[in-house]
Amino acid sequence: MNLAFRNAVQGGDDKPKLPGSLHVNRRLDQWLSIQPGGTVTITPGKVELGQGIITALAQIAAEELDVALPRLVVRPASTPGSPDEAVTSGSLSVQESGMAIRHACAEARAIFVGVAAQKTGVPREDIAVQDGDFVAPDGRVLGSYWSMADAALLAVEATPGDRAKPASARRIAGTSAPRLDLPAKIFGQPRFVHDMRLPGMMHARMVRPAARGATLAALRDGPLPGGATIFRDGSVLAALATQEHHAEAAAARLAARASWDAADTLPEEHAIEAWMDSAPREDSIVLERSAETPAPARRIARRFFRPFITHGSIGTSCAVATWTGDTVEIWCHSQGIYNLRADLTKALRMPADNIILHHVEGAGCYGHNGADDVALDAALIARAHPGTPIRVLWSRAEELAWGPASPAMIVDVAAEAEADGTLLRWSQQVLSNGHSGRPGRGALPTLLAASMMADGFPVPPAINPPLAGGGGAQRNAVPPYRVPALKVDMARITAMPLRTSALRGLGALVNVWAIESVMDELAAQAAEDPLAHRLRHLDDARSRDVLSRAARMADWPNRQKRDGIGMGLAVSRYKGSGAWCAAVAEIEAGERIRCKRLWLAADVGEVVNPDGSLNQIEGGAIQATSLCLLEAVRHDARNVTSDSWETYPILRFTDVPRVQAELIARPEAPPLGAGECSLGPVIAAIANAIADALGVRVTRWPFTPENIARAMDDA
Amino acid sequence: MSVSFTLNGAAVAAPIEDEAPLLAALRGPLGLSGTRYGCGAEQCGACLVLVDGQPAYSCTLHSGVVAGRSVTTVEGLGTPEAPHPLQTAFLELQAGQCGFCLSGILLRASVLLRDKPAPTEDDVRAALDPHLCRCGSHNRIIRAVLRAAAIGQPA
Repeated sequence: MNLAFRNAVQGGDDKPKLPGSLHVNRRLDQWLSIQPGGTVTITPGKVELGQGIITALAQIAAEELDVALPRLVVRPASTPGSPDEAVTSGSLSVQESGMAIRHACAEARAIFVGVAAQKTGVPREDIAVQDGDFVAPDGRVLGSYWSMADAALLAVEATPGDRAKPASARRIAGTSAPRLDLPAKIFGQPRFVHDMRLPGMMHARMVRPAARGATLAALRDGPLPGGATIFRDGSVLAALATQEHHAEAAAARLAARASWDAADTLPEEHAIEAWMDSAPREDSIVLERSAETPAPARRIARRFFRPFITHGSIGTSCAVATWTGDTVEIWCHSQGIYNLRADLTKALRMPADNIILHHVEGAGCYGHNGADDVALDAALIARAHPGTPIRVLWSRAEELAWGPASPAMIVDVAAEAEADGTLLRWSQQVLSNGHSGRPGRGALPTLLAASMMADGFPVPPAINPPLAGGGGAQRNAVPPYRVPALKVDMARITAMPLRTSALRGLGALVNVWAIESVMDELAAQAAEDPLAHRLRHLDDARSRDVLSRAARMADWPNRQKRDGIGMGLAVSRYKGSGAWCAAVAEIEAGERIRCKRLWLAADVGEVVNPDGSLNQIEGGAIQATSLCLLEAVRHDARNVTSDSWETYPILRFTDVPRVQAELIARPEAPPLGAGECSLGPVIAAIANAIADALGVRVTRWPFTPENIARAMDDA
Repeated sequence: MSVSFTLNGAAVAAPIEDEAPLLAALRGPLGLSGTRYGCGAEQCGACLVLVDGQPAYSCTLHSGVVAGRSVTTVEGLGTPEAPHPLQTAFLELQAGQCGFCLSGILLRASVLLRDKPAPTEDDVRAALDPHLCRCGSHNRIIRAVLRAAAIGQPA
């Protein structure tokens, strides 16, 4: 979903290995520049999504350059100048961007100190850097980054070699520096792309078809408010006006006047599982390990089902576009502006050099929402109005119903064990649509309007990245436990009635839920404590560490059986290669399930900003609680019907669990990213807590009274 | 066609129809973008403002309704130079992630602290229940409101 994805698909190259994204963006001046006025500008290709990445990257840069953090300016990514770091996703930004910036800044420091040494005769190893000043042992200031600022010094390729500080010497990276972007958001200052106001700008609202795949048949004439006008390109329909509320009112009128050639294209909601079982598919083996195993004393076979879910950003997707001559300039909150540009070249049938993209922050996206789609919407409308900036804002209904959804999933697990619960054999079969419909990866554009415009493109089915790139549906489908015989298969459904793509955690959410439920059930059958059962099946010390820590935080051994209360635990290493996280959940089973408390222990390797990491880990946990207790995309045969917060409810303040989260410090270890590691374990821990309280395994998502009643009927 | 009212303490006249949502007046002709569009249906709280000190959803409220009245937006709550205790506390506790929900939450919390200067945690949760946060910053937000209450209390 990121460079890791690209490398997994394209393979490596012969160049000397450089850290993170520096390997593919090798010039130092792609990453930083010194301003004579006393600031350093860093120019990462990763973008702020509300996860705090720009602060962490600034900390890393300040650390290696030895300048105070307030001197750092982080320029948002834009084409063509910013390094191409593919997509800001997969909990990889510190690994890919952070390690590039660490290395680039360490080398920049060495270059500047070398010049100071050459000019003054003071040996370079004797020169200290103090907030950007180069200081001799006798206290003389020999110069500074600012006095020596010369772009030519950094107009060079980075070289291999480890110049970065040892962990023990870090003073800025590793501290809880406050977020650089948060003050503007707390004082209501313009910061989001939604807040952009360009001279002469017009507002547009899209009018969506009456059904998936429907085409616009006719549009009745009639007056529109506020001098609003109509944009139409094939079945892409919009209203635009100088005032935003006029565009909104005009779009509502157009929707009432439009008639569509529509047909049933979606499986009925109640029949989704049967549809998945019979849909065209592409099978693959994820991992297979044969072993002769004795006849099992215990066998568990469970099917876990999760419906489509969606991102639910609080701010709706938005973009501004201006067409000047043969060039379009777009401001948007895409997670990957170069990938988006690649799809815009296809959809707009124009060269990449004529498309300029700027990242401007949006609301949290939690994966691939409508951020890329709305950029094409804006570009299409702006093309019809040369010279006029066009701002498109999606409605709440569009955000919930027309952005990509995370695919419905079925995970079938069959496990065999000895009488004491010791695993012998495990098979896991994952079935879903692809988890990535991100732009920039295939021959066809994946953007919404690309399939609706005149002379448009068929919608390419979403893919699953290879496991080496993090995987999609198969993410975390390989259990972390010692088991002699193992078979993990994946089937990707190649028909795609609902557009699907990446949502925080991808397949890990369902796979971890499935694995940890079956482990729990095996422990229960063997009358073994679920903690002990897991610990003795885990060879990986860091997995055991987070699990033991979370259990200790929750005082797991001393938990009391209380009526209507359940406790459950779970552990996972995200992607099998990322951060470790364990969760303990306490739930109350009344008329509905309420998650009351969560205890989380995580190991994210080196922590650049502990408070920021904890914020991400807790945020992921609360979002996971919402996802598994409440969320399902509702639809009929024609459309998504859960297009408001009433029909797609998410967790509210009175239902939010109290969360205690801790990080296991590993300052010497490589950083692993914190953003997604807690979701799978939290969902699994909640499911296990439900089993603890009610004695029933919930195998259908969301964990609503209806689905729990169904599990009781099946039991 | 103009609606006159007091906005963050200053007299303004918005050239907009009476029926236009107040949100459109604020973000459009009045140029204050701190008030957010989230759902247009009073279901998320992102657009919350105060009208004569009472919470109101600016996404559905007609501009004409506030004629002659006093409207407070997040920009009127405080500034970096003179922050409201809530803004101080939210910064201290880094209570937010993407921040899109915060304008409405800050205004709602200001009403809570005005009416109930020493709220319990459950009071804060109940007061903020009409507001959605998708990033999962809820517990930090709750702690920040309680911290702001403590700042506002005599020692």
